[in-house]
Amino acid sequence: MTTANQAQNSQNNVPVPREWHTIKLIQNPYYRYGLIVATIAYFIFALTTLEVDWSRIYTGLPRAGDIFVRMVPPDFSRWSLLTRGILESVQIALAASFFGMILAIPLGLCGARNLVPKPVYLVARSIIVLTRSFHEIIIAIFFVKIFGFGPLAGVLTLIVASTNFIAKMLAEDIENMPAGQLEAIRATGASFPKLLIYCISPQALPRYLGVSIYRLDANIRHSTVVGIVGAGGIGQVLAATFTRYDYDFSLAILMCIVGLVFVGEFFSNWVRGRLR
Amino acid sequence: MLTITDLTKTYPTGTAALKGVSFSISEPQVVAIIGPSGSGKSTLIRCINRLIEPTSGSVVLENLNITKLGRRQLRKARRRMGMIFQEYNLVERLTVMENALSGRLGYVSFWQAFRRKFPPEDVSKAFQLLDRVGLEGYHDTRADALSGGERQRVGIARALMQNPALLLVDEPTASLDPKTSRQVMRLLVELSKEFGTLTLVNIHDVGLAQMFADRIIGLRLGEVVFDGTADQVTEQVLTDIYGEEDWSATIRKIPEGDDEDEDEGEATAKAAS
Repeated sequence: MTTANQAQNSQNNVPVPREWHTIKLIQNPYYRYGLIVATIAYFIFALTTLEVDWSRIYTGLPRAGDIFVRMVPPDFSRWSLLTRGILESVQIALAASFFGMILAIPLGLCGARNLVPKPVYLVARSIIVLTRSFHEIIIAIFFVKIFGFGPLAGVLTLIVASTNFIAKMLAEDIENMPAGQLEAIRATGASFPKLLIYCISPQALPRYLGVSIYRLDANIRHSTVVGIVGAGGIGQVLAATFTRYDYDFSLAILMCIVGLVFVGEFFSNWVRGRLR
Repeated sequence: MLTITDLTKTYPTGTAALKGVSFSISEPQVVAIIGPSGSGKSTLIRCINRLIEPTSGSVVLENLNITKLGRRQLRKARRRMGMIFQEYNLVERLTVMENALSGRLGYVSFWQAFRRKFPPEDVSKAFQLLDRVGLEGYHDTRADALSGGERQRVGIARALMQNPALLLVDEPTASLDPKTSRQVMRLLVELSKEFGTLTLVNIHDVGLAQMFADRIIGLRLGEVVFDGTADQVTEQVLTDIYGEEDWSATIRKIPEGDDEDEDEGEATAKAAS
């Protein structure tokens, strides 16, 4: 009886073809295709308005060739100036990373929504957003104007940049912590400082160190850049060689920067690998 | 020793999680709180140690009105209330020993906590408790290397390190397999008796509640709809708490009936957990 029923059922349930499509990002087809057409149209429009002065490119090319020719062979004869510049860059990077790491702790803690009252959170986040909205070069120009040429401006620039970078990462890391652990430690009757050192710091420390080391690596690169606007380090030496057409010395400096960044990257990866 | 009077909690969203919960427990025992998801079990437990601030009503533990305390006094009162969680909530990157000792954070100074220099009696008590919950030799293992059952045992040790008068236990077995669940519940009940604590257990599993609790409180939509002993839980009671369903298989029939794997429990506790 039941088997007969089932047989009949399956006969009646002739599979009706049913359609299925994935959900499109933009549901309305007019908007969807309209957007694609508009994008292409803008691209063509942008190309036509782009005033490429071909004659300037044409005259520039041999000049580029000239520069490259004058760059080789690289000139390492002024090695003392070179090493002094490199050392200054490394010192700028180290000092900036160190102070950045320290200043980032209070700023990062205050920027974690799950730890502090809302007003404190908003102030800390505003500071982070505000300092992030200016590129290092702009901050460097600002500090050079205040403190004059030299490494002090470079250090201060990179302290600002490092602090907000590490603080942002720290704050986000703390916000992503499972709420349960904080709850459990609070439930033991621990005060906020104890919560900090017994729960938050062990959980956040490895990533904080990883981010700081990454930032040190980034600071080595940035220290060569901020020098160009006069904030000390090898960048400043490099900028000077360009203005004096010492292209062979420029190449020597560039090669050293590549080597320095390479070493920094290698060191950073090595340390972060060990922190896992 | 614990009196809860007319406790209510309305969340900012407008959800009334507790609508005037009252009950009183006069002696150390195991009390299970059962009820469907959203009935307010977790909120109730957290309103007692004020991890969630109750909207109104009072909680009085050992003649101390918890709901009236300032922040500092509350921290002091929390030392006497151990808490055990469904998700264990250990500090993952710390060792088993550090996690167990975190139960003493309310008692030691900041510098002791910072340097992990706990008083020797705390350390030896932690060793004892870790042995007791079946984790001897695990003290330097990091918490994130443990299995669920092992983590919950550390959670129990941490709570007992507080020397609590009251244990608040939130779904201790919901993330564990049936066998480990029973072992953990048995351990919890044994230790509550040993330490003379009053133990409030939120639990989904009605069978486990009947097996281990001296008293059962049923919550539905933030109100107490049942308060009695395990034997008084009938199909009608379960219908009152959870709604219409065939409850005949859920009710415990023979008190010691389904205990057959319990005796080997201690021996296999570590292997299974």
